Amino acid sequence: MTMEKLVEKYFRPGRLPHIWCPGCGNGIVTGAIVKAIDKLELAKDDVAVISGIGCSSRASGYLDFNTANTLHGRAIPIASGVKMGDPRLNVIVVTGDGDSTAIGGNHIIHAARRNIDLTVVIFNNNIYGMTGGQYSPLTPIHSKATTAPYTTIEPAFNIPELVKAAGATFVARATTFHAQILADVIAQGIAHKGFSVIEAVSACPISFGRQNKMGGPADMMKWQRDHGVPLAAWDKMTDEQKEGKFPIGVLHHDTSKQEYTDAYDGIIKTAQGGK
Amino acid sequence: MNLKIYTERCKGCGICAAFCPKQILKVSEIEKIEVLDDASCIKCGQCELRCPDFAINVVKEEK
Repeated sequence: MTMEKLVEKYFRPGRLPHIWCPGCGNGIVTGAIVKAIDKLELAKDDVAVISGIGCSSRASGYLDFNTANTLHGRAIPIASGVKMGDPRLNVIVVTGDGDSTAIGGNHIIHAARRNIDLTVVIFNNNIYGMTGGQYSPLTPIHSKATTAPYTTIEPAFNIPELVKAAGATFVARATTFHAQILADVIAQGIAHKGFSVIEAVSACPISFGRQNKMGGPADMMKWQRDHGVPLAAWDKMTDEQKEGKFPIGVLHHDTSKQEYTDAYDGIIKTAQGGK
Repeated sequence: MNLKIYTERCKGCGICAAFCPKQILKVSEIEKIEVLDDASCIKCGQCELRCPDFAINVVKEEK
């Protein structure tokens, strides 16, 4: 289906243009989410999109599913409640790098540990964009931010490694340049039964790019093209060639662990066994 | 017509113009995308794939 038809089918009518800045990658990630849902042929009523606070979290308001734009950092606990309430739903969490790994950092590791069947799409634009360019846990070390005028001295998280170590059973990464791969890995994440995390590398030309002299929106997208390496090629590269670059694709997939709502169903049955 | 533009959605970021292999798109003075030469469009879909604003679409022929 063309993007025009996908917008007609899955977006709330009359909401475009969206609020995101010129060249912001968030529209592409949102487009990839609806492409993934369309590919899986999910009924709109069977999908819930839960977001936190931030630029990325505005995405839920444009989409015509069961949606909730919730509290800063708390999208994952609220989505967990939705999933526990109706485990048949496909629950997608739309969150940013600050929302999910700073204020919501505790929630993401514990949801990963439980392996609850959520699909978390992290719009990683390396900065707190909406509030004016403060550095986040995903701002690369030695970058400028309004709160780090002499550059940051903190290393950034590696989202896939973090959530994999915490217990996530599906982990992938793509960029807004690799838009088709992004839609494909989101679809695989939704189809996976268990805790899925997709890091969507997105550009913030206004609050991150401008401070760090990364050029305009097209230059930032070319940066993604030149630094995001598909996994098959990544595996053949030397450590020297990997320097400064990052792999994209499905980075971890484990189907051996029990999913949380299934385990909870088991506990309900055990508890009712004495009747 | 090969390309359909939703002008009200376009914010003039210029991504489509930069990635167009035929170089037939241009951001105008009022920061909206313009098609310079629709006939040269090869319908590759790069603009539609990369537009963050759902503003440019390749027109598919009716079957």
